Amino acid sequence: MSTGVFGSSLSASQVWKQFDHVTVLEELNLQVKPGEFIAIVGKSGCGKSTLLRLVAGLDEPTDGTLLLDGKTIQGIDPDTRVLFQDARLLPWKKVIDNVRIGVRGGNPDDAAAALRMVGLEDKAHVWPSTLSGGQRQRVALARALAGHPRLLLLDEPLGALDALTRIDMQDLIEKLWQRQRFSVILVTHDVSEAVALADRVVLMKDGAIALDVAITLPRPRERDSGFAYFEQLILDRVMERDSRSERASRRQTSYSI
Amino acid sequence: MQRARLDSTLKRWQNRSWIAWVVPITLLLLWQVLGQLGVISTRILPTPIAVIEALITLISNGMLFDYIGTSTGRALIGSAIGGSIGFSLGLLNGVVPLAEKLTDTSIQMVRNIPHLALIPLVILWFGIDEAAKLFLVALGVAFPIYLNTFHGIRSVDPSLIEMGKVYGLRGWALFRNIILPGALPSILVGVRFALGTMWITLIVAETISADSGIGYMAMNAREFMQMDVVVLSILLYALLGKLSDSIAKWCERLFLQWHPNYGKGQQAGKKGVTSL
Repeated sequence: MSTGVFGSSLSASQVWKQFDHVTVLEELNLQVKPGEFIAIVGKSGCGKSTLLRLVAGLDEPTDGTLLLDGKTIQGIDPDTRVLFQDARLLPWKKVIDNVRIGVRGGNPDDAAAALRMVGLEDKAHVWPSTLSGGQRQRVALARALAGHPRLLLLDEPLGALDALTRIDMQDLIEKLWQRQRFSVILVTHDVSEAVALADRVVLMKDGAIALDVAITLPRPRERDSGFAYFEQLILDRVMERDSRSERASRRQTSYSI
Repeated sequence: MQRARLDSTLKRWQNRSWIAWVVPITLLLLWQVLGQLGVISTRILPTPIAVIEALITLISNGMLFDYIGTSTGRALIGSAIGGSIGFSLGLLNGVVPLAEKLTDTSIQMVRNIPHLALIPLVILWFGIDEAAKLFLVALGVAFPIYLNTFHGIRSVDPSLIEMGKVYGLRGWALFRNIILPGALPSILVGVRFALGTMWITLIVAETISADSGIGYMAMNAREFMQMDVVVLSILLYALLGKLSDSIAKWCERLFLQWHPNYGKGQQAGKKGVTSL
């Protein structure tokens, strides 16, 4: 599974979602190619989590079509896995048994292999309550990947972690994605995380796509000037600020007065 | 320095298992001494030694174990019946909202009748037979189990249920892996509380109408002014109550190893919020 096209393709066209007359998604269009890593950024309430829930099959769109590998999404797909912001481990199951929930057929060897993948094989037989936040999220990642999903949905999975653990997790997710070639949709409000991981960063605003940028930096990504350029570009659009060049010119004018 | 040493000694004592018995044993000694000095009349309260003598007599003629056996049997059968009814109803109403709408109001109304107030009615229905006592015990046990099972199922973290669904768990698998273990801490609190109700109901039922059992032993002894046997029966109830509570605690520790409040052998008493 290290080569070839393994990930799912996703196509959303003219998708609407309303909750009690409040429109959350409005004519949303999005394409994800097989094996592509997409990051969706946006302020709170822009509808990015709602979109993820629709793709996961946890909710249905009010209108429009959502196709996964050309088929309409109906309910939860066994090839799609979600990593939530909170790890959502079952506290009454040992770590290895939590991972086994993600294994199709429940084979314990597959669970152990998944746990090895995230580097936690020595924690297999402890209770989740004894793990740190980062370790819990790694177990949740192992559980999500244990069933070899073709589409991985990440709903701000690193939001609750400290900065160093977050970088560790980002590296791990990138490494596993490169190895298994599943498609990823990462929802985040950390622009630098989006630039570090994604092939394409999509900015959502008021329920629609406001910006779609391909990140052309080579991997593994260094936090160099190219990185800073993309980060600034997206952040300015998120915050609805003027771009840097405009700001610079204005500063010059203010000097000249 | 002195103080620090005292503190550390006290801290060490906290963790000894015998510490729980210091107060009861002191009281017992005080009782014996006061009885022997004649401060407490033996007609009001026999001395502990007299009670122990009564205990030895009753053991040697075999009546004691006979009565304990009868009472324990009633307690267990009654709670098994009441417990399974309460548990099933709690499950049903916790999982199926329609069932809750249909039955919860009625259950709440019946629950608020003190079950011991039904004794006259129960005697008319069942006489003073076994059935009367089993009925009362079952009734007393069913409600705490029902309430805590229902509450436990309703308070299972919905995000865990959603996670289970994402991983394809449905029906029985979802119930066995997520809903039941999530409700278990609350159910076990219900069990613990039900065991208390069980003994109270049995004591009352046996003292009012019975021809065997510990309650009967106490009432019979009262007629002959055998104060020592009366006190012995009361002590037996205390011991049996403590024993069943210990079993319940042991169950909590066995089933809730994963729970940070129980796993490390801490006192489980902190969870007693729902026990009223």
